Amino acid sequence: MSTSSTLPIAKAITAGLRDAMAADDRVLLMGEDIATLGGVFRVTDGLLAEFGAQRVVDTPLAEAGIVGTAVGLAVRGYRPVVEIQFDGFVFPAYNQITTQVAKMHNRTSGAVNLPMVIRIPHGGGIGAVEHHSESPEALFAHTAGLRILAPATAQDAYWMTRQAIESEDPVIMLEPKRRYWVKGDVDPDRRPALSPWQAQVVRPGTDATLLAWGPSMPLALESAQAAEADGLDLEVIDARSLSPVDVPTIADSVRRTGRLLIVHEAPVLGGLGGEIAARISEECFYHLEAPVLRVGGYHLPYPPARMEHAYLPDLDRVLDGVDRLLEH
Amino acid sequence: MVQLLAPHGTRTPHEQLDAVLEESGLAAPERLRGYYRDMVMIRAADLEATSLQRQGQLGLWASALGQEAAQIGAGHASRTQDYLVPTYREHGVAWARGIEPWRLLELFRGISHGGWDPNALRTHPYMIVLGSQAPHAVGYAMGLQRDGVVGTGDAETDTAVLALFGDGASSEGEVAESFTFAASFQAPVVFYTQNNQWAISVPTQVQSRVPLAQRSRGWGIPSVRVDGNDVLAVLGAVRTALDSARGGNGPVFVEAMTYRMAAHTTSDDASRYRPAAEEEEWAAKDPILRLRRHLEQLGEIDEQFTSRCDEEAHDLAMQLHHHIHGMEDPDPVRMFDHPYAEPHPIVDAERAQYLEYVAQFEDEDTEETTR
Ligand SMILES: Cc1ncc(C[n+]2csc(CCOP(=O)(O)OP(=O)(O)O)c2C)c(N)n1
Repeated sequence: MSTSSTLPIAKAITAGLRDAMAADDRVLLMGEDIATLGGVFRVTDGLLAEFGAQRVVDTPLAEAGIVGTAVGLAVRGYRPVVEIQFDGFVFPAYNQITTQVAKMHNRTSGAVNLPMVIRIPHGGGIGAVEHHSESPEALFAHTAGLRILAPATAQDAYWMTRQAIESEDPVIMLEPKRRYWVKGDVDPDRRPALSPWQAQVVRPGTDATLLAWGPSMPLALESAQAAEADGLDLEVIDARSLSPVDVPTIADSVRRTGRLLIVHEAPVLGGLGGEIAARISEECFYHLEAPVLRVGGYHLPYPPARMEHAYLPDLDRVLDGVDRLLEH
Repeated sequence: MVQLLAPHGTRTPHEQLDAVLEESGLAAPERLRGYYRDMVMIRAADLEATSLQRQGQLGLWASALGQEAAQIGAGHASRTQDYLVPTYREHGVAWARGIEPWRLLELFRGISHGGWDPNALRTHPYMIVLGSQAPHAVGYAMGLQRDGVVGTGDAETDTAVLALFGDGASSEGEVAESFTFAASFQAPVVFYTQNNQWAISVPTQVQSRVPLAQRSRGWGIPSVRVDGNDVLAVLGAVRTALDSARGGNGPVFVEAMTYRMAAHTTSDDASRYRPAAEEEEWAAKDPILRLRRHLEQLGEIDEQFTSRCDEEAHDLAMQLHHHIHGMEDPDPVRMFDHPYAEPHPIVDAERAQYLEYVAQFEDEDTEETTR
């Protein structure tokens, strides 16, 4: 069993996987390059030596096969955790995820659970070539039957890994790849009081609420700090779970601050921010001092690396959003 | 495995392929010297690209070191009218198609997702999502059938498609579906796998229990396995396959056995999974050295020629350097240029919004400078 320590997010996930595998021998890992190499991000590094090739499986290069066989393993009573190498490579498995993974429990009237986890390195900002920087959360959140977690800290990375594996439902874990090497405190001995499906107010404030998740969290906090210099007191919420989205926690905050700005990397058009904005507009109509605003990607394919800085929300764009929010 | 040139350069006769090479003139001495030059050039460009990546000029580079014969051979086996559908490591094929190496760098530098006009050069863009280009190749071939440029007997106009993918990519469902379509419609397509033994850290045995060349046979697609470090074997086999497809005889699958001498990409550390002894074993089968020895045995190459090739290769590397430094970062507003072929109101609005946003800072800048 691991003990409390400071770990990079990637290693916190490794520790979560290791502890889950040690606790339950039905847990097994599958994916491309995850065994000998330890994964292209080294998240599964060392686990082959510890648990052997039956439980840490280098698969053929076939995402539909990886996810589809995980479905069969889960039906058989295993708890597979599969790694998709990069977000843009989940699409060959999209059919399996949306037509099978998401629907098996419902199709069997609850007779069959699919306790499986799909780990996906998520988001941009790493200067990569095409298909390595996608933010497909809305596509999966739109599909009933899936749960989606988006850890932003090492502590959440560890515990969400464990809780995702423990869940009787299929869970997609969106891992903030550009922050894999950012360290944080992890306490593997104390199970967090907060459910993984709940949002967390990570910075209290009174003038407006900033909502973000995963790779956008540090930006939200940085923006709140910068706004403080201008005499603004912003509340920051980490959504943590994207399906379900914890609307009550966000609505509570908005009732107090009267304003909401949602920040995410995915294109704003059709993004998850739009769904949250609609729900908050419904629930908090009489408390809102301004329309809910969103800052995110444009309605474009993710651009080549040397243009991504202009595509991704940055401090100035978030503060610009805050200004627009406060103009009302 | 079909081999015409042994590692020490001696030529083994092969009734069928020799006839094809003879008839096509593909093995004439000046052509052989040309392939040698091409391979030397492309290797130099490759090494230079690796060093440009190390210098921070490229975000990433996928080296094709060691695969020169497999690529130059396949590239030259195709005819001008053929359509080529590559993956992301086909630098030698691109070279044979007349795509200057600096165009390849645009993608790896991160200033564009492409770099050339596929229609003008009859070469599909590089593809990152493995296997996804294979059905495009078959569809293009189905288009050729509809256009009546298959099986007419006119070698100048009959056309085929060469679809390239790796041994790892051959596991993807889309490759299997491509086999299905190609076989069902007898499409004029040649599937060409460079089996470079590894898919990042995973050896070919994890992708397939049987030689890949056997796989397509279950679809009724004939196949052949060739020595991919032997430019003549590749030329002969791919030309034969393409001619057959062009002639209306349906798809063919060619597996070229070769080796990825460098790491998977500049972000990969091959020492974590690959034994050094294996690398040495394959270094002894170097495709460039092999052709050189063969030409020496024929008395068709001399010191003057090889050193001129080396000089040209050096110049090419310098040119790459030059081009990289001339590649300015695009104005990000260009990302709004091509998401759609026709006007789109939301993209237009977002472009306007972006320009307005950027203008705020420009105003600040000018205010500051005038102050
Ligand atoms: C659908 C998909 N899954 C995963 C990847 C990540 N990936 C890039 S290259 C590669 C290995 C490819 O091996 P192979 O097809 O043998 O070609 P090679 O790189 O050896 O030329 C992997 C797993 C990808 N690009 N696309």
